[in-house]
Amino acid sequence: MAQLNKTEIGAFLAKQGILIAFAAFMIGFALANQRFIELDNVFGVIRSSAILGVMALGVTFVVIGGNLDLSVGSMMSFSTIVVLDLHDKLGPGLAILAMFALTLALGAFIGFLVGYLKLNSLIVTLGMLSAIHGLTLTWSGGKNMDIADKSGTWFSVFGQERVMGIPVPILIFALLAVALSLLLSKTPFGRKVYAVGGNGQAATFSGIPRARVVFLTYIVSAFCVATAGLLQASRSLGSQNTVGQGMELEVLAAVILGGASLMGGAGTVFKTVIGVLILGFIQNGLLLVGLDFYVQYIVTWIIIILAVWLDVAAKRGRLWSPIA
Amino acid sequence: MTTTLNQKDILKRGAIWAFILVELAFFAIVGDAMSVSSKAFLSVDNMLLLLKQSAPIGIIALGMTIVMINGNIDLSVGATFALAAVVLLDSMTWPFMQALGDWAIPLAWGFALLTGVVLGAINGLIVWKTGVDAFIVTLASMLGFRGLVFMYNGEQPTSHLNWTLVDFAEAQFLGLHTATWFLLGAALILWLLMTKTVHGRNAYAIGNNREAAVNAGIRVGPHFVLNFMLIGFLAALSAVVFYSESGSVNPNDGMLYELWAITAVVLGGTKLAGGYGSIISTLGGVIAIQLLRKGLGHIGADTQTVNLVIGLILIGVLILDRQLNRKGQEELKI
Amino acid sequence: MTDQTPVLRLEGIVKTFPGVRALDGVAFSVLPGEVHALMGENGAGKSTLMKVLGGIHAPDEGQIFIAEEPTVMTSPMQAKAKGVVFIHQELSLADELSVAENIFLGELPLKGLGRVDWPKLYADTDAILKTLNVGFDARTRVGDLSIANQQMVEIGRALTVDPRAVIFDEPTASLTDAEKVVLFDVIADLQSRGVGIVYISHRMEEIFKITDRISVLRDGQYRGTLNTAETDEDEVTQLMIGRSLDLSRNESHHEMGDVALEVRGLGCGALYQDVSFSVRRGEVLGFYGLVGAGRTEIAETIFGLRTPSAGQILLNGEEVRIASPIDALGHGISLVPEDRKSQGLVLGMNCRDNMTLPQVDDLTAGPFVSDGAEIAIFDQYRDKLDIRTPGWRQIVGNLSGGNQQKIVIGKWLSMRPEVLIVDEPTRGIDVGSKSEIHNLIRELAAQGFAVIVISSEMPEVLHVSDRIVAMFSGRVMREFTADEVTEDNLIQAISGITDDKVA
Repeated sequence: MAQLNKTEIGAFLAKQGILIAFAAFMIGFALANQRFIELDNVFGVIRSSAILGVMALGVTFVVIGGNLDLSVGSMMSFSTIVVLDLHDKLGPGLAILAMFALTLALGAFIGFLVGYLKLNSLIVTLGMLSAIHGLTLTWSGGKNMDIADKSGTWFSVFGQERVMGIPVPILIFALLAVALSLLLSKTPFGRKVYAVGGNGQAATFSGIPRARVVFLTYIVSAFCVATAGLLQASRSLGSQNTVGQGMELEVLAAVILGGASLMGGAGTVFKTVIGVLILGFIQNGLLLVGLDFYVQYIVTWIIIILAVWLDVAAKRGRLWSPIA
Repeated sequence: MTTTLNQKDILKRGAIWAFILVELAFFAIVGDAMSVSSKAFLSVDNMLLLLKQSAPIGIIALGMTIVMINGNIDLSVGATFALAAVVLLDSMTWPFMQALGDWAIPLAWGFALLTGVVLGAINGLIVWKTGVDAFIVTLASMLGFRGLVFMYNGEQPTSHLNWTLVDFAEAQFLGLHTATWFLLGAALILWLLMTKTVHGRNAYAIGNNREAAVNAGIRVGPHFVLNFMLIGFLAALSAVVFYSESGSVNPNDGMLYELWAITAVVLGGTKLAGGYGSIISTLGGVIAIQLLRKGLGHIGADTQTVNLVIGLILIGVLILDRQLNRKGQEELKI
Repeated sequence: MTDQTPVLRLEGIVKTFPGVRALDGVAFSVLPGEVHALMGENGAGKSTLMKVLGGIHAPDEGQIFIAEEPTVMTSPMQAKAKGVVFIHQELSLADELSVAENIFLGELPLKGLGRVDWPKLYADTDAILKTLNVGFDARTRVGDLSIANQQMVEIGRALTVDPRAVIFDEPTASLTDAEKVVLFDVIADLQSRGVGIVYISHRMEEIFKITDRISVLRDGQYRGTLNTAETDEDEVTQLMIGRSLDLSRNESHHEMGDVALEVRGLGCGALYQDVSFSVRRGEVLGFYGLVGAGRTEIAETIFGLRTPSAGQILLNGEEVRIASPIDALGHGISLVPEDRKSQGLVLGMNCRDNMTLPQVDDLTAGPFVSDGAEIAIFDQYRDKLDIRTPGWRQIVGNLSGGNQQKIVIGKWLSMRPEVLIVDEPTRGIDVGSKSEIHNLIRELAAQGFAVIVISSEMPEVLHVSDRIVAMFSGRVMREFTADEVTEDNLIQAISGITDDKVA
């Protein structure tokens, strides 16, 4: 009986551990510093997490579908640079459209390689990380990109304005999260993503077009990247070529922290959002209690390993690995 | 290699060197015709410099080869590289070290290398004992180790120039730079390790068919740990070689090195799934990438095109590999 | 056979798993220089017995003796050290490494500084290869060898120690006739050196050719040992099949409709050739043959998972082209695949989602999947198939094998197919669920489905089929009606013995 309880507690912890950890963190920081839970601070944290968060939403689809996307960082740089450059040439509206089209084309290319040609997603997106970085540098001629007339454009609305008191980036992040959560959990497409990632062979045997589903996960990811690029560009109205560099691994960390399995088939949009927020609030909370910013890296390190370890341990029914 | 090679193997192993020859020919002939610089691409000095510049990523890529043959991956090498560099430079400013004069140098090297080994051991032990995938473990340590780097000196660079050390790093022996000697020396030792020793052969066996290895009584865990310690050591060695000369490290140094190293390893033909690959081919992969960088610069292409070309070549290699390994029409369409 | 001390003896071995008594008092012994066959249907307990012998499972009761010394087995390595070596059906080789490294995997000879003593390794390997009389050398990469030669490498592994007993598990499953001859020579050689051989196989022909005694398992129980010279195939078959399950012959005769599916001259490269058959509505067509005879591959071709190299597939008399499972589903063909866990189910998904997976596109209300429609289908087939689960939210991986299989069958039935192909319907399922699934298959035919059942279990095929197609090595050997089939002529057909040979 005690054994049963122990495994039940273990299973519960493994399943909801991420939420519990999140709650514990919030309470702990709130007790340490009142300012932590003030609305302004909360908005500030979510707002600065929004770009990472939007990208993580897309990567969640790719990871649940059983693949990886390491190219989102450099793709985000690309989107940002392209939309800033085209802004002055085509005007904001057309620039945004063109940027989305180009980013989706890149996503389609990756989706084709991984989905239809069945190439290893780690290497493909690693190659694309480099290739898109090169593309961005070529596009910008290696220079930073700025909008000429920063005060005379409505383009800043996505990154800087508020609607009903809520910063627009938060609004976009929230809307996208809700929409994609519905897509993943409620539609036939979402169901197929889980099936393809959970057991690709069984999905094929069930008449699910595996290649197309994988392809579409990369399209979703590219759409999110384009949105993130838009937020980034609009926030600063100017940008370096390397603005998204290194974000691919941070994004992946948030997704894994949210409980998506790198083997595919498991994870939810909601949990990814929690993963993103945990990263954001840890950063903020540690700063507010007076710790240096780098402590967040070390804390994140420990949290990710603990979270995944717990998950793996619950699945195999024992804490330590049986590897000799 | 001790195994008898078949035709396909020879093709696979030769491919990277053939590619290097094509690059050389292309940049020498086409390059010199339209070069913006008056210097010949194929000059000895240029080639020696190329080898030297290959060293930092190259030494790390050698370690990555071993870890990947073993069936794992290490994404934390860039952070390990930076932390080892910080330890190297900072330790030389400690009072007791300064009292030692030039004797502080080998000691500082020792501290830096030890740092790498310890970080590697941490990764290896976590992978072994928790059973969490190496990709996730090292992804997390990439953040954690970077945190340790910042902990040292905040966002400030850590600097210390020791002229004896700079002289050593810039020296040329038999024409080759110090860094090149380290690259070649590490390659030779690791080649011996992977082809001649029981540890090396077991590492291949584990990556190739882990279940078979376990059934044959091979202890998988200790081999994992040893290989992670090796890559940690090599990441630190790379830092030691590089920062002895430059004398200043930024806390963000080494970022994306893991990805460059993996690119070189994959170009060299090592299988991501493990069990197949070679140190020598990785050396080829490293040189091919550096050649591309220098060559494109030489023919006046923007340096930015390099990234584009490398990325596309990596994908091209993958497509080619798939075509070569294609099974017949009878294959199950899954 | 002289009476010597057995090299290996088992006494009263019992092993239970939750819900299953996998081994129930198994006993047998192997004498030096003897080839002792171990026979039994799939699921009779042979593989569990091997795992007990190899120390992977500890027996609940009973004792293992090596040369009459009571021995506790802890791992395959320890068994090997004691002289008991396994040659597995599934090769476990590192195919990128050399023959020598594979043979001495885990025990490479050392010479200081952790270096491999290559000269010794190659010399030792060559010595072993010489006794095996093979045409490759120690340095060959294992991946470059044929399956037969890879098997020789596996055998070579056994010879790095001085083995007392060597256990062969279905060694000829993927060998050609010529390769078998070589294997039998090796076995004869081991025999002459006083090694005891345990030979697990389904193939009667081989058993009678090379073994001295035959022990039979059925449903985890020891059923007796026969001297090969004094018995015949009938007696062995009797022992193997028994009558513990109600697996009487199919004798129901109901109305059959038109031909639903017909296959003419179908071939797929080297996998199978010139296969023709048809199945009517209301009929169960059985496919019987050994593993690797090409049965599953035919099903996969009809389901659009393989591209045929020759022949036609006709549905209701019209030729159809099926390039993918989506096409197959469109034509009303469903396949319950052979491997439930890797092909049939997404184990991490819940029961309902697994069951509705192929038709999730059609179960929508607006853009979203309709919970109600899905649950309705799940409830309908849960009741119909008597699936025991706490509810549709249950994760499929947590169900028993029998209930998992019913989920897979429910998944395909709910597609309302015209033709239902069921590959190994009861593999790894307990006896009770087996007969439920058999009844279900009969019932489906009675309702007018055209059903094809592929099975490696003879009683199952005999029990459910109206007609039986016997396959051997990629070809249809013979087609039987329920009236003319006998266990003997069926076994002969799938062993490649044609009628004229028998006559």
